[in-house]
Amino acid sequence: MGLRSYVITRILLTIPTLLLLLSMVFLVMRVLPGDPVALHFEKKASQSQMDEMRHILGLDKPLWGQYADYILGLVDVNYFLAHGYPNLGKSMQTYEEVGGQVFSAFPATLELAIYSMIIACMIGILLGVVASKSYNSVLDHAIRGFGTVTYAIPVFFLGIVFQLIFGVYLHWLPTGLRINPNITPPTTITGLYTIDSLLEGNFTKFLESLKALVLPSLTLGLILSGIFIRLTRTNMLETLRLDFVTAAKARGLRETTVTYGYALRNAFLPILTMMGLQFALLLGGAILTETTFSWPGLGRYIVTRINFRDYTAIQGAVVMFGVFVALVSLVVDILYAYFDPRIRL
Amino acid sequence: MSSSKTKRSMLARLIPGLGSLAKRGPSGWMVITGLVIVLALVVMTALGPWLTPYDPIKHHGPIRAAPSLQYPMGTNHLGQDMLSRTLTGGSIMLQVSALSVLICFLIGVPLGLFSSYVGGMLDSTVSLVIDAVYAFPGLVIAIAIAAMLGTGVINMALSIAVVYIPSYFRIIRSQVLSIKEFAYVEAAKASGAKWHTILSRYIFPNVIPSIVVVATVNFADAVLTAAGLTFIGLGVTKDVPDWGWDLTDGRNYLSTGAWWIITFPGLMIILLALGFTLVGEGLSELLNPKLQR
Repeated sequence: MGLRSYVITRILLTIPTLLLLLSMVFLVMRVLPGDPVALHFEKKASQSQMDEMRHILGLDKPLWGQYADYILGLVDVNYFLAHGYPNLGKSMQTYEEVGGQVFSAFPATLELAIYSMIIACMIGILLGVVASKSYNSVLDHAIRGFGTVTYAIPVFFLGIVFQLIFGVYLHWLPTGLRINPNITPPTTITGLYTIDSLLEGNFTKFLESLKALVLPSLTLGLILSGIFIRLTRTNMLETLRLDFVTAAKARGLRETTVTYGYALRNAFLPILTMMGLQFALLLGGAILTETTFSWPGLGRYIVTRINFRDYTAIQGAVVMFGVFVALVSLVVDILYAYFDPRIRL
Repeated sequence: MSSSKTKRSMLARLIPGLGSLAKRGPSGWMVITGLVIVLALVVMTALGPWLTPYDPIKHHGPIRAAPSLQYPMGTNHLGQDMLSRTLTGGSIMLQVSALSVLICFLIGVPLGLFSSYVGGMLDSTVSLVIDAVYAFPGLVIAIAIAAMLGTGVINMALSIAVVYIPSYFRIIRSQVLSIKEFAYVEAAKASGAKWHTILSRYIFPNVIPSIVVVATVNFADAVLTAAGLTFIGLGVTKDVPDWGWDLTDGRNYLSTGAWWIITFPGLMIILLALGFTLVGEGLSELLNPKLQR
């Protein structure tokens, strides 16, 4: 199979996965015991108030009708083109469009996720390679210990500790928000502040948004790095034992060339797959990190909506998370096929 | 010489397998350390109510007092003694994680065994659903379910269990697919054994080691997820001392510099999760022949 037909097949396969995912979300939010409207008002509303809300939100229809509204709303291209976001229904709290709110919160989460992933990969791969090179030594045990401990730390606890040290005591870095509140955020182009400020040519804004990113992305990146350390170490240990590594060494190539140019390159593919899988974990961690650092992303959106018992908004945000993860895994699979032709066979 | 030998054999008899674990090198010691940490925390939580110097939910002394001889871990904004709260605060977290592991085990194991043994359409369908759940951000599913079900130990355990059932299913499935082709399973079939006998007596015992590894990792994750759910406001109750709740609440008083409110409960959660992680990581290393040079 050529790369192109692999990509097309993979994209087509994403459609049933997405449909399954959307149905699951619907199942959890609408079919599980617990009437969202009654839960929203906490029994403090009259029947007519509840009926009115059900009618406005379309929750008075039979379940299959609600399901059809939900799926058809998401694939409504005209709506998407007119508004710039998909139809995810209306919020129970404000009757505003959930799609718009979710889409405006998303770039903050994306930016946090990207920087955290970079930090996690850098720390993880570097320490993993070092550990595998010094197998069973004190250094190896220390690095593995570090990886195990980071895995066991609740992400928000690490965030709070960082806030306490670098914010409250040392006053080095901001402990919340995406940018200093006295500075107007850069004009939205991509929604990522670090990129938008550069596009605007405003270096102060770039530095300020970078400063705000340091603590949240370091928190999330450190927590995730443990998994990358373990994975890199295991894969490197297996690869370093293969014949081609011995052959390269025997031909007198330098140690660093063999390690990074030969072994790491071959150990990298499983790491890439893992990156895709870890993205889901990262987004989970992002919810807690955003709450800790008052980061106005999708995770904080979900948490505030939980406090308002705004179930339609929660549903919209969950859908957004799911679709995003499905798209990331699609991209990772395509990259994998590009790097490793055997996959396409 | 002889006395140390008898000592070791006594220890080995006391806790079967512990002695042989110690002989397996660093991985064995990881398992032992993890088990000791977890057991110590369980005992501490169980005996907590008799050990506390003060009532953990009564408001005693000064508000946000720094650690001192009278209050070794300080007090929180309600004047509650943090040492007493730390000693007793593990109960909800332990209950939730144990219950969620039990639910995962009771659903994931039979489902994995049966579906992969039968194969065909059933297996493909179940696998498809399981893979979709597996790919989803775990905490997001847990949040959605917990938000719908409402608070409580059982609901929290259920919402965490849904996230981890796929891990059990996948590991069991991958093993059963190869085990069911083995000659001894074939022989059992030929001698007329029923499917449930084959599954429970011939296949299940062979997947137990992997299930144990998954369960310990599940335990660690459940502890962290429970803490996370509490942190975003889906916790169980404010009337029972809970590490997760103390951490969440203490965060609001950070700017006053009251580090002691968050530090001790936070360290306890880390210790508990670390204990389970060590057991899981050590065991999986012991069971992975590829890494044994």
